[in-house]
Order: sequence, then C-alpha cells, then structure tokens
Amino acid sequence: MRVDDNAVVVGASHAAVQLVISLRQNGWLGSITVISEEPYMPYQRPPLSKAYLSGILEEDRLALRAVETYKTLNVSFKLGCRVEHLDTENKILILDSQEKISFTKLALCTGARVRRLDLPGGDLQGVHYLRTMDDVKAIRQSASTSKRAVIIGGGYIGLEAAASLSKLGISVTVMETEPRLLQRVASQQVSEFYKRLHQEEGVEVKLNSMAVALHSGESGRNVGSVLCNDGAVIGADMVIIGVGVIPNTELAGEAGLTIDNGIVVNEFAQTSHPDIVAAGDCTFHPNPLLKKSLRLESVPNASEQAKAAAASLCGIKKAYSELPWFWSDQFDVKLQIAGISQGYTEAVVRGDTSIGRSFAVFYIKNQQIIAADCINRPKDFMVAKKLISQQSTIDVAALVDEGIEIKTLIN
Amino acid sequence: MPAITYIEFDGTEYHVDVAVGSSVMEGALNNMIDGIVAECGGCCVCCTCHCMIDPEWAEIAGEPGQEEAELLEMVDVREQTSRLSCQIQVTEEMDGMVVRLPESQY
Repeated sequence: MRVDDNAVVVGASHAAVQLVISLRQNGWLGSITVISEEPYMPYQRPPLSKAYLSGILEEDRLALRAVETYKTLNVSFKLGCRVEHLDTENKILILDSQEKISFTKLALCTGARVRRLDLPGGDLQGVHYLRTMDDVKAIRQSASTSKRAVIIGGGYIGLEAAASLSKLGISVTVMETEPRLLQRVASQQVSEFYKRLHQEEGVEVKLNSMAVALHSGESGRNVGSVLCNDGAVIGADMVIIGVGVIPNTELAGEAGLTIDNGIVVNEFAQTSHPDIVAAGDCTFHPNPLLKKSLRLESVPNASEQAKAAAASLCGIKKAYSELPWFWSDQFDVKLQIAGISQGYTEAVVRGDTSIGRSFAVFYIKNQQIIAADCINRPKDFMVAKKLISQQSTIDVAALVDEGIEIKTLIN
Repeated sequence: MPAITYIEFDGTEYHVDVAVGSSVMEGALNNMIDGIVAECGGCCVCCTCHCMIDPEWAEIAGEPGQEEAELLEMVDVREQTSRLSCQIQVTEEMDGMVVRLPESQY
C-alpha cells in the first residue's frame, strides 16, 4: 500500500462507514473518498421506520459517526453525486456532473432501492415509499396532517411503519396480498402473533387484499382513498408502500461485473474484478455456515462483510462467515431473528403464542436448530445464535420446556 | 464535555471526550475504540457493546433495565458492574468515569 493510492467507496451507509474505518485499521495509507447520491453524511437506517418516524429520535441522533471521526480518519465525502459510469479498464468513475474520479481500489456499497408499484394515482401527494432519510422526512410531514393511513405491504417495513404511525395517533390499515403477514419470512405462529399485536393496538389488518388504485381526496392533489381488489374503498390521508427492495447492481452490471440477484462476491467480498470489492445489501455472497449463497438486507451483514472487503483491499484475506441476524421493533415488542428459517421442517414454540407478548419459535431441520424468531426474549435469542452455530442435535422436548433454563442447552 | 476512560482487554487506555446525551457506546465508536463492536448500532439487541464500569462509578452509570439485564446474562464473563454501553447515556457527572472492555470484544 502506498501513499498515492486512492480508495473510492460508492454509497455512504452502514457498509461504507465500517469499510473506511477498517481500511485505516488495516493500514491503508492512501486517500479515501466516499461518493453518495444522498446529500447526507452516513446515517443509521434502522431507526427510520421506527424511532425517527415516530419522533422519538431526531435527525442529529442518526449520524453513524461524528463528523470529527471522519476527519481523524482522513476520509473525504462527495455527497449529492451520482456515479453514472464505471470504467473498469481505466479504473475511472464518471459522475452525473461528468467529473471523472480515478481509483486504485474501489468498493461498491450501493445498497438497494425500494420496489415501486405501478398503481394508478401512485404519484399523488401523500403517497410514500420508505428507505431514505428524505422519504421519512416526507412521511413525517404527511403524518403531521393525517388522521388515516394505509400501509401497502405487510412485511417488516410496512408493519414497523404501521406501529410508528399508530403511536402518533393515526388510524392505520395494513394491506397484504398474501393470506398472512410476513408470509415470506416468518412461520404461521409469528404471522398470527403480529396480526394479533397490531389488532390489539388498534391497527386494521386486511389480508388477501391488493390495492388496485389510489384516488385523490377533496383537494385533488393529495391521496384520499385506496381502492382494493375486492371493491372496498379505504379512506386514507397518506399511504406508505413497503413491498420490498431491489439491489442496486446496474453500475456494476454495466461495467461487466458478474451479477446474480446482487453483485456476486466471494467470501472475501471480492467481485469478479481484482480491484473491486462490494459489501452490504447489494451483494450476493456465499455463507459457509449456511452452505449457500444469498443476499441479505441487514445491518450486521453490511458491517461484517465490509470488514472483509476492507481487508481484501489491503491485501489481507479475512473471510466473512457470520450467522445472519435481524431485528424489528413494533409497539412494545422487540423481535430478534437468528439464522434463516427457509427450508425448516418443524417449527416449535417456547412460551405461549396465543396470549401475552413473549415467546420464541425455533425452526428445526435434521434435528438441528437453523433459525429462531424471538419475541421479547433477548436471552432466547442469544442462546439460539449459539445453538445454531454449534450445529449439534437438539433435544426439542427440553427446548420447549420453560421449566428448563435455556442456557443449559448450550454444549 | 465529560472525559471517559476506556480500557481495552489488553490494557490499552483511551481517554476521550464524549458529548452529554450521547451513549458510552457512541463515544467508543466515534473514537475507533475497537473493544466496542456494537453490531446493532445501539438498539439493545446484540450484546456486543458490553463494558464493565469501574466500581467507583457504578452508581452514577446506573442499573441495567430488564431487557439489558437479560442480554447481560448471556455475555461470556459478567461482572457485578457489567452494562451494555449503548444503554448508558452520558451525563456531566460521568466526567472521569472509567470503563473496561471484555476479552470477547477484543
């Protein structure tokens, strides 16, 4: 590594911040520049749909690191700049301003963007998506004058938004096309619990229901109602659409890097180009623990993969191999998820799913725990993480017996 | 700004100023103190910002909440003054406070 090397990072979120810190820790001597389309210094995304939306946390508390920290690290930022083109042969980035930036090493932390619905009336005022600080600023603005909100999409983002708006005193309806909430990611038990939770908190949950059009209200410019596929019309002063994300792979793809449901990287976060790494939501990467490749939308993934990416840029081999985990806050319920439940053959419950707000669902395959959804059960979550990594045969009867201290199940 | 001393497992000491109202975890992250991992960014979900408060300062740092206490049951080595640093909000009274960081985060 030399002083006249320059590392460029595209994107300025969780992965990027960890990456620049790790670069310096690994002895990167050259310059470091972070380019971001968004006009903000790196901020935490998880609170956007939670504490920031409900007004508990303000913008100044969202910074991922203090500005002085980046000064100490000697990292410079180019904010509000979109990278239009990546020339891998000459190792140059071309920005929307046509400015050219050359690099010795490049890190792509381009993240993901929301999937948009092609709905009539989708461009009315008061219709929002939720991914960025600007999105949530606009949502907060709408919320300040709204009495009724419709959330399209019963996944984590939709449900978190529903809870946050509900806390603000807005009547909320959540619409989900599938027969249950969180269909893609959770078991029947967890889906049923979240339906009950939201209903207990006064949220209307409408399953098997699809929005077919958004109609304007009295003003003509703002949304006023949502037309559903069953003909029902739900009054709404605001709408939030949360139907998943798409990885931002176009820049990498057009430059000829390998793409497959994300920018393809190896366990060292290296792309198909020797001087380019990628980290975070945009990558399709191997996970040795899960014995497969996958794309994850999660902060721990972004941060840990970024450490491997930074090491690679410094010529150090540090494999990324972590158990995926996630969390979600809704009302007074904290859900912690360990592992990936896909492919489980049995779901067993510790605690009672039908009353109260505290239980854990363990997902079993071949007599091993592969994942767990822990509802207000931080200890069960911590134990689950260890049990999954341990990959040993589990005594299911003991696992669901609340009379047995769960910690004793760890070998 | 209150000055807090962080001592890593290997004995490395950091004396840093931490803004009132931010957390002891943020003070570590902003100063690249490695012994605080903080995988979740400070939401009391992951247990990787564990610290042990110097006994003299334990009262000022306060007691863990219920959720935090449950997570603390799962750290490798729990001490009487163990806390999750994301849950300690820095006050003027913490000027001079000393916290030690565990081996598991070293």
